[in-house]
Amino acid sequence: MIYQQQIERAGLTAIHAKVIEGQRLSADDGVRLYESADLPILGYLANLVREARHGDTTYYVRNQHINYTNICNKSCKFCSFYVKPKDERGYVLDPEQVAKRVTDYAEVPITEIHMVGGVNPKLPYQYYLDVLQAMKEARPEAHLKAFTMIEVAQIQRIAKKPLAEVFADMRRVGLESLPGGGAEVFSERVHEDLFWTKADSDDWLAIAAEAHKAGLPSNATMLYGHVENTQEKVYHLCRLREVQDETKGFLAYIPLSFHPERTEIDHLPGPTGQLDLKEIAVGRLMLDNFPHVKTFWIMNTIEISQVALWYGANDIDGTIMDYEITRTSFEDTEQRLTQKNLLDRIVEAGREPVERDSLYNIVEAADVPVAAHEYVGQQANAGSLA
Amino acid sequence: MTADITDIASKVGDGERLTDEEAARLFAHPNVAELGLLANAVRMRKYPESVVTFNVGRNINYTNVCWVKCDFCAFYRAPGSDEGYTLSKEQIFAKIDELVAFGGDEPKSNEILMQGGLNPKLRLDYYEDLLSDIRDRYPSVQLHCLSATEIIYIAHLSKLPLAETLSRLRDAGLDSIPGAGAEILNDDVRDIIGFRKDRTQEWLEVHRIAHGLGMRTTATMMYGHVESMDHRIEHLRLLRDLQDETGGFTAFISWNFQPDDTDLGADSERWNGMKATGFDHLRTVAVARLYLDNIPSFQASWVTQGPRIAQVSLKYGVNDFGSTMLEENVVSAAGTSHMQQMGLDNMERLIRDAGYDPQRRNTAYATVATRPRLEALAAAS
Repeated sequence: MIYQQQIERAGLTAIHAKVIEGQRLSADDGVRLYESADLPILGYLANLVREARHGDTTYYVRNQHINYTNICNKSCKFCSFYVKPKDERGYVLDPEQVAKRVTDYAEVPITEIHMVGGVNPKLPYQYYLDVLQAMKEARPEAHLKAFTMIEVAQIQRIAKKPLAEVFADMRRVGLESLPGGGAEVFSERVHEDLFWTKADSDDWLAIAAEAHKAGLPSNATMLYGHVENTQEKVYHLCRLREVQDETKGFLAYIPLSFHPERTEIDHLPGPTGQLDLKEIAVGRLMLDNFPHVKTFWIMNTIEISQVALWYGANDIDGTIMDYEITRTSFEDTEQRLTQKNLLDRIVEAGREPVERDSLYNIVEAADVPVAAHEYVGQQANAGSLA
Repeated sequence: MTADITDIASKVGDGERLTDEEAARLFAHPNVAELGLLANAVRMRKYPESVVTFNVGRNINYTNVCWVKCDFCAFYRAPGSDEGYTLSKEQIFAKIDELVAFGGDEPKSNEILMQGGLNPKLRLDYYEDLLSDIRDRYPSVQLHCLSATEIIYIAHLSKLPLAETLSRLRDAGLDSIPGAGAEILNDDVRDIIGFRKDRTQEWLEVHRIAHGLGMRTTATMMYGHVESMDHRIEHLRLLRDLQDETGGFTAFISWNFQPDDTDLGADSERWNGMKATGFDHLRTVAVARLYLDNIPSFQASWVTQGPRIAQVSLKYGVNDFGSTMLEENVVSAAGTSHMQQMGLDNMERLIRDAGYDPQRRNTAYATVATRPRLEALAAAS
């Protein structure tokens, strides 16, 4: 049969057998998948896993993004969002301003608030608790997802308390989960080169594990398409898988496509469409203990994200209203996407759109009607890798 | 969870021709990775080497004056418009000089894709004079010019049969004919999107005659407007039938309707407002590769699809990245924004990243050894 012939020609027969039997893939398997040039076969294999777990279901969430500060002392070379402390473009939203951002969208049927920001050394511990509380009071029914592991490291530093206590304080004022950002690539070499001031991979994973133990689930990301190599990416996935075996606290894996525009490393060409799809597929195949793989269309482009629904992704994020981090990079090439467009894309791809909340409970359509042509976000134009 | 297409897959494996009904099932099959797997198997059977070819060329749109006023076009200006233009010979030569500085002087290595509107002022003698001057002046240029639509009109204005018009153009230096103007080869569709334009059988007849005269042509499809999947299949069938008869098509190129600033794009009664997606492009290219078993080369459509989807299409049956296209005006007038992003260096990077060696070819798909001079381009701009 042609499928077997093609898989054999690609040297992926043993991996195919493991996928069918539900066996865990090894690090060597991961390298082999990354090195394969047979993109549709990777999609075909990843889709076996995706459909076994989720069938045609394709989740999306309606959320609001808030970036409470752009001031950051980390100076990561891949970031176009931050400004250094003392830069006149720097801002901090106080708790009232954050609450106003939330109430400004009171009419929009969101279920989640996603808040992240820079590592701003001027902010006291109480600020973070006040901001969480202000958001929770402004919209009690929305799930609060906030602070990457990198921000948590800073918050703990100023709190001068054990992590468990910090997480307990935050849960008390409304925090319910953490996003997956700041993981970048778990590699000493890349860490030294691009984000040496930031928490390293051991710290990131330890904080994530602590969060999970404190009852706060999180996502996990990997930023690819800059200076990383295949071995480093496989190591990253294997480390995530190890922690997940221990904690079961990761909800979704989200590979993030690096955009070089206006960063310090804008001489790099950035990832290609084939790499975008490959990252989704390899992530789905390697992370056998992650329930969900998400394609983030703001960075992947909606064109690629739609195709990614057949390369292992079962979640398409999303319905995002104020995403300052990418807007800084992409303002020349922004495209708008409406809720209707997003659902049309899922349906055209032969999948079933299902609105979820932050913990992947299904949101009944009757409770939250879909607003046709509701403005939901911006993306980099498909050509922005030039 | 999708319908089973293993019976079609086994025909593909055995190299058997697919029926229209099977093509319809493939178009309805959403597992686009599976379609890619099959189309890529066929592509690798036809082109076993890890090579993706590309062509050095530029478009020259010698006039934008056009009385046909197709509703899907944002490029034309009606006769009498003060925005209408016809390039002088000197302007055309200047454009060719730029191309030759970039592409080098190997014979027939640089493609000029010269097309324009149906301008009532331009007769056969204009074209004979222009083509023969270019041929004599630029031996490195392959003249890949004039769509079927233009040729029909030139014959009409000159009151000559198509065959005679074509052979006179060929004698003046026309090497090959681009496939533009095919749109969707169905008269019901053509009535809706551009009713003054040539009919399905007229488009096919020009290509048939050209093939009979020993000229090679390409085949195109513009989809994603008012047509159904059955119309797309009918289009592919007409191309496959003509290719069985003549063998004269070198390549197939498809792209989606670009709606900006077009009458059709603004008309919600005729068009549903949904610009065709990258998903649809990959599916369409893959099904076309599986169904069009007799057309050798498939070109990427990076101008309309952008670098990401164009690169992915290399795994969906596409074996050629198309032209470097130093200039493009027609789809760019209708909203595509990818022209600035595809220098030769980026094209070669995308090809290598996909696991192939980039290799320059000419319009006849013979290898060209000369490496283009990127610095010549920088100097010109």
